[in-house]
Amino acid sequence: MPKEVTDVICPFCGTLCDDLIVSVSDDNKTILGVKNACAIGAEKFNHQRQPGRVKRPRMRQADGSYKEITYDEAIDWTAKMLVKSRKTLMYGWASTSCQAMSIGHEIAEKCGAIVDNCATVCHGSSLIAIEDVGVPSCTLGEVKNRADRVVFWGCNPAHAHPRHMSRYSIFPRGFFTVKGHKGRKIYCVDCRYTDTAKCADEFIQVQQGFDYELLNAFRTAARGEALPDTVGGVPKEKIYEIVEDLKQARFGIIFFGMGLTHTMGRNHNIDIAINLTRDMNDFTKFAIMAMRGHWNVTGSGQVLGWQYGFPYAVDVSRRDQARHQTGETTSVDLLNRNEVEACFYIATDPGAHFPVDAMISSSRKPTVTIDPHINCTTEISDIHIPVALVGVEVGGCAYRMDNVPIETRKVVDPPEGVLTDEELLTRINKRVDELMAKGGA
Amino acid sequence: MSEYIIKNGHVFDPTQGIKGDKKDIAVKDGKIVDKVGSSAKVIDAAGKTVMAGALEVHAHVAGPKVNAGRWYRPEDKHFDSHKKPGITRIEGGKSIPTVFKTGYEYARLGFTFAMEAAMPPLYARHVHEEIHDTPIIDEAALPVFGNNWFILEYLKNHEVENTAAYIAWILRQTKGYGVKCVNPGGTEAWAWGLNCLTIHDPVPYFEITPAEIIKGLIEANEYLGLPHSMHLHQNDLGNPGNYKTTIDSLKLAEGIKATNNFGREQVLHSTHLQFHAYKGTNWGDFESGAKEVMDYVNKQKNLTIDTGNVTLDETTTMTADGPFEHHLHGLNHLKWFNVDVELETAAGIVPFIYDPNNAVFASQWAVGLEIALYAKDPMRCFITTDHPNAGPFTRYPRVYSWLMSKKVRDERLNSFKKADKVISATNLANMDREISLYELAAMTRAGPAKCLGLSKDYGGLKPGMNADIAIYNINPDKFPSSGPEIEKAFANVAYLFKSGKICVEGGKVVDMGHKETFWVDAKVKENKQVMHDVREKFLRYYSVNEANYPVPESYAPHQHIISVDATKA
Repeated sequence: MPKEVTDVICPFCGTLCDDLIVSVSDDNKTILGVKNACAIGAEKFNHQRQPGRVKRPRMRQADGSYKEITYDEAIDWTAKMLVKSRKTLMYGWASTSCQAMSIGHEIAEKCGAIVDNCATVCHGSSLIAIEDVGVPSCTLGEVKNRADRVVFWGCNPAHAHPRHMSRYSIFPRGFFTVKGHKGRKIYCVDCRYTDTAKCADEFIQVQQGFDYELLNAFRTAARGEALPDTVGGVPKEKIYEIVEDLKQARFGIIFFGMGLTHTMGRNHNIDIAINLTRDMNDFTKFAIMAMRGHWNVTGSGQVLGWQYGFPYAVDVSRRDQARHQTGETTSVDLLNRNEVEACFYIATDPGAHFPVDAMISSSRKPTVTIDPHINCTTEISDIHIPVALVGVEVGGCAYRMDNVPIETRKVVDPPEGVLTDEELLTRINKRVDELMAKGGA
Repeated sequence: MSEYIIKNGHVFDPTQGIKGDKKDIAVKDGKIVDKVGSSAKVIDAAGKTVMAGALEVHAHVAGPKVNAGRWYRPEDKHFDSHKKPGITRIEGGKSIPTVFKTGYEYARLGFTFAMEAAMPPLYARHVHEEIHDTPIIDEAALPVFGNNWFILEYLKNHEVENTAAYIAWILRQTKGYGVKCVNPGGTEAWAWGLNCLTIHDPVPYFEITPAEIIKGLIEANEYLGLPHSMHLHQNDLGNPGNYKTTIDSLKLAEGIKATNNFGREQVLHSTHLQFHAYKGTNWGDFESGAKEVMDYVNKQKNLTIDTGNVTLDETTTMTADGPFEHHLHGLNHLKWFNVDVELETAAGIVPFIYDPNNAVFASQWAVGLEIALYAKDPMRCFITTDHPNAGPFTRYPRVYSWLMSKKVRDERLNSFKKADKVISATNLANMDREISLYELAAMTRAGPAKCLGLSKDYGGLKPGMNADIAIYNINPDKFPSSGPEIEKAFANVAYLFKSGKICVEGGKVVDMGHKETFWVDAKVKENKQVMHDVREKFLRYYSVNEANYPVPESYAPHQHIISVDATKA
């Protein structure tokens, strides 16, 4: 009899849906079906039984082919690389658990490394803005129970966070929002008519690259000051009308995404969006939230926060002090300037997301990639160490986009002999200790 | 485990009435014992002060808002952030230190226990992840209840039994220690941008008053017989004229007796009282209300308080009093962080610079000291900085120096730029009292241990108690006379024993000890109503499933569970 595991946490995006039901074969080895998940989330579970999954570490040969090696060999090679390198980039972490991150940080501090996560190419600009101006926010349940004005700005949850709208932001009926969708007014601000825009009551098409100006105009209008005829392609009458409506909110929320963080202005766009939210609190209650994308990237920021005091791009290569400076300790900049001596990638695929020049620089360095699957990064690595899928084959803590932590669930056993991130990192840490006790690699 | 004998130290222990007598303390198997064998390692404490490990009764040291404070204030790492000698990790942060630094610094100051003062239940897993990573000191956390929908609904009808059953359920889910109540009703009102500034302001929609919440939570706490009492942050924090609301709130405890098996006598702990003891109508005619408030506290034996001393530093304010932080941001215009937590609470953060040149901040400094100096019973008044709100806990040695030496405190008072104004707005200049080492031991050890229901094992040096011992380079016969000397002596213990192991030696961390997480398991009669309400609220209003709400066992690998049986209540 197949059994059902309930209250399973989806391992895909920052929405961290925790109501999945997964049916599993009797022997705990195969996933037979997934309920409640979005298409992307379900696919994460289906990967588990994908044919051709790598189950043992692989080392690249001189001819570019890969040879299977043992975990012991891979661990030894990795530990030697870490000990020898004076400055290693330890990047990724977004698809692993907080418990694994902690062990990774210990290694980084011993060996001298930079720990960075994918905020560096994602919501890093939001984090910079928050470092500058703070942020008034809330948990997603507050949105569900109270919000009657919802603004999606430069984000497209219909594609990137598929269940966000049904669980939290548009459709659910909450305590003070008994009418669900009907009781909420939804705005979508974007330069394209997205699938999220289709769900909105009002779509505001901003001219590409004019988000800052439009947000500034919203602030101006909220203060009752004069505006030019159009701002960012939006007529001033429309801006006044929307701002007046937002002031009527009992509880308003702005969700924003890459459309703000990675268009012209970057952190300044977020800065002014936060300031608009702050201003709106003079009239009513307003909150703002970053649509954190990659599963547990928020958790990486949290663990780095409580251990070193910075949310990403933390340089502990001096071993006696943690430093964090965008442009200086951020991964892409370090690679572009050829500043690191080795690369250690875990639970994220920089090969698919970093600029080409950065990856060319990376490909010339000793590189280890720890990931359950073959991806763009494993193919330019000296060693690829496969591990169990966190949230599917092993549990561990992950943080949702609103910083709520949820302990994820194991639903099936990993393939025989495949280590988890925690086990692997613990063994690398131990090997590093042995090497250092002997005086180096 | 090793045996130790601490010889010839001047021992201060209010649990035994020892006031600086030379006495040997024997340690074996993590406990204080009558005697040890001849092979015991001898620690020479001649000319030194020996006290039990100190207990922090109220600090924000772990959890979502503390961490938000850390990562949104990179500038806080400009100060004193590096690795120190010993087996330590990198230390970072000044007002909101990293977890490593938090553990090491408390240990260096002679502390062995800290209470995280506000745990949002939904974020309990985060709080415990940080507690897990904080070395050396034992810790516990107080979940917040004062704005929780279950509580508001039960107490609206004065359903104490249901309230108690729900509290017991939350303590188990969150591995929590007791009942914290922050700005009762006001934080729920804040979800609509409003507040409750007196104890009679109705909470929007829920139609209950802060007074009913406070009283109901005290009663539920005593119904359960928890080790700690209800722990209250009153309404109207930080505003001129608030001392009346404070006294009104404290009066709600009149006539209620402590019911517990832990030796606790108070039914209400009123925290960071400095922020709640202001007279006047605005910041211009602001005056100290410490005397009025402390006169009341002194005569009500069922109350304990902590001070919340302003240390005159740049710091980071953070509280579940969301509307207050918004108000504060309106005053200083520094970066504002806020998070509202569904069904439960909220939190706000604003950096703050207590500039000694500002008459208000200097007066707040004076009010905090007055509170401690007016306290007649040091077993009921504890020294805190409401870390990091009034200042970082690492400033305790400086606070001690102001309390223990009139000279040191008057030097500070008279050198304020607006000294005249501060002196006329407060009573401090006329106060001669100097806190003795014995009183200090009561205010930082025996008192807080009793208040938290931990007096069996903590806060004293009686045989059978935990071998948590702080030895300071202070000769009571030649007590240092200058502020910096007093500070230096309290900032770096000569030795810190934690559960019988030396963790700090000569101010240097040498062992991570065996850290424990404390929580309270209160057993109550089966309560179908409450369990039904829990199911319903999770199905309809929470954004996580009930099954994913509890803190897993693995988050507190060394847990110390205090069991309470309230089934016969």
